[in-house]
Amino acid sequence: MFVRGLKRKCFDGEEDIEGTLAGIKAIPSYNLQRQSLLDMSLVKLQLCHMLVEPNLCRSVLIANTVRQIQEEMTQDGTWQMINTQSTGQASLDRLVSTDILCRSSREQAEGKHVPGYGTFNKDFEGDQGQDSSETMSTASSVQAPRNLQSNIWEMENPQENKGNFQKSLDQIFETLENKSPNSVEDLFSEVDNSYYDLDTMLTGMMSNTKMGHCDALETFSSPTNTASNSNCKSDLNELDHIVEILVES
Amino acid sequence: ADIISTVEFNYSGDLLATGDKGGRVVIFQREQESKSRPLSRGEYNVYSTFQSHEPEFDYLKSLEIEEKINKIRWLPQQNAAHFLLSTNDKTIKLWKISERDKRAEGYNLKDEDGRLRDPVRIKELRVPTLKPMDLMVEASPRRIFANAHTYHINSISVNSDYATYLSADDLRINLWHLEITNRSFNIVDIKPANMEELTEVITAAEFHPQQCNVFVYSSSKGTIRLCDMRSSALCDRHSKFFEEPEDPSSRSFFSEIISSISDVKFSHNGRYMMTRDYLSVKVWDLNMENRPVETYQVHEYLRSKLCSLYENDCIFDKFECCWNGLDSTIMTGSYNNFFRMFDRNTRRDTTLEASRESSKSRAILKPRKVCTGGKRKKDEISVDSLDFNKKILHTAWHPTENFIAVAATNNLYLFQDKVN
Repeated sequence: MFVRGLKRKCFDGEEDIEGTLAGIKAIPSYNLQRQSLLDMSLVKLQLCHMLVEPNLCRSVLIANTVRQIQEEMTQDGTWQMINTQSTGQASLDRLVSTDILCRSSREQAEGKHVPGYGTFNKDFEGDQGQDSSETMSTASSVQAPRNLQSNIWEMENPQENKGNFQKSLDQIFETLENKSPNSVEDLFSEVDNSYYDLDTMLTGMMSNTKMGHCDALETFSSPTNTASNSNCKSDLNELDHIVEILVES
Repeated sequence: ADIISTVEFNYSGDLLATGDKGGRVVIFQREQESKSRPLSRGEYNVYSTFQSHEPEFDYLKSLEIEEKINKIRWLPQQNAAHFLLSTNDKTIKLWKISERDKRAEGYNLKDEDGRLRDPVRIKELRVPTLKPMDLMVEASPRRIFANAHTYHINSISVNSDYATYLSADDLRINLWHLEITNRSFNIVDIKPANMEELTEVITAAEFHPQQCNVFVYSSSKGTIRLCDMRSSALCDRHSKFFEEPEDPSSRSFFSEIISSISDVKFSHNGRYMMTRDYLSVKVWDLNMENRPVETYQVHEYLRSKLCSLYENDCIFDKFECCWNGLDSTIMTGSYNNFFRMFDRNTRRDTTLEASRESSKSRAILKPRKVCTGGKRKKDEISVDSLDFNKKILHTAWHPTENFIAVAATNNLYLFQDKVN
């Protein structure tokens, strides 16, 4: 299965050749290790098997690990650092479709504002059954672990999912529609190429060609926010999956 | 041959059942001692093979249901036929395995090859007689217990009343009667109202071997709950709660994952239970909830490799464990096709390997050793050379004798005590 390896740190220009953890001469800092572990966990959670139901025990354990890391990072204060980094830029330019996609209908109704991966402020408008429409809307931030959890657990509630993802789709379309050409180019220029491998892999998993707009969405990934990239891909997976059900039912 | 996913001796030890990833069940029978083959005692040969489960498709969720057999449990033998329960993720089946070694000959209305006889030609009546035939072993599904589990079934356990059994999935445990397939009682439900609050799942469950009202279930957080069905219909409130306090000095991000219990087994005498987590096996006295009475390290050398094992998902491997008949020795598997035995009385432990190279027929197994650091001695193997794809997850011990069955991926190994 695809798992991103731990990042190896280069010290004094020396590159470490050995692959094993024990062999690394320059041991990565605790923060870096923790961040790597967090990234790895998120990737694990989001790569769900399309055909067979994912192992619930494994998902729960990984989600608990993610929560644990985030709690520690919040206590450390490193959490705030990530947040300020993201909000520093113009929020309108950034699409974190993840957040929209990840929220359960309950959260959206409550309009939670919790620090999470990628941050915007948004006035949520839930218009169900709406096609690409005119009104501008931006996503609001939600706590990432909740998003992930609602993704995983909601395998059980396809009906609920349909509602969620329909809303999510609408919001994404709305945002896309209203981008001015200049900002679109800017977005493209910000795309982080290092994630194209992940993209290709995950796109390959998507069998449903009807979700063509998902491919377009993938290119709008936020470059500085690695986690939201991963989130985006997984939710597109989920989206695809749900739409398959919708179409077939 | 497919990957073996479960191994189980029956109550007498004469039969050994294996289930595999392809939904097949293969039953081995022990050879009887005979004068012509004096060494044949102890050999198990194939007795019956049948397809227990087929892959299915859940149309509502648009997901496949694997045919992999998760568990097999035998019923005690009550007549000439043998009964076992086999389960995949969603459906439990009761199979009857019976022998046929006679057939009737001399029918009046049909020939030996089955063709109907011309009634005009029948001059006399005869009574059909039973003639011996080659032994045929038939397996037929007698009950199908379906549609009771939303989540994946991880355990089944036959009650000591031999009339009921439990089945456990990630969030619920159901009680069944062996005769009734259209109804089951939910006795444990840990599903939270809001699934986003889910942080713990059920990993294994088992009935007490003698007390038919008592069962235990283990969780992904390393806890075991003992429940008494007499106290209430829904056993959400446990009678006993077993948990070892965490050692704060060894806390890491992986602490919870490695504390997740993958198997729980009562001792034969019903006084103890054994739990298997990622790195150790623990024996608990049922009367003491705050800590186990014995802890055995299975492969402590992996503690420094947890991050890599998390990366390649090996940290989620579910190892099983088993008692010998006397409850004096416990056994569990590890990586590199190693399996470990711990003698509870002498506190001695052994590491053995199940592989073609190291075990010729009738050869005595050589103990293995993993080198944890420093200089590697001649026969030792270093931690980095271990093959993590060769994992022994399923082992079984004969109920009365020193016979063990070890499943190594798609091979089954049978070992016995040295015959003097």
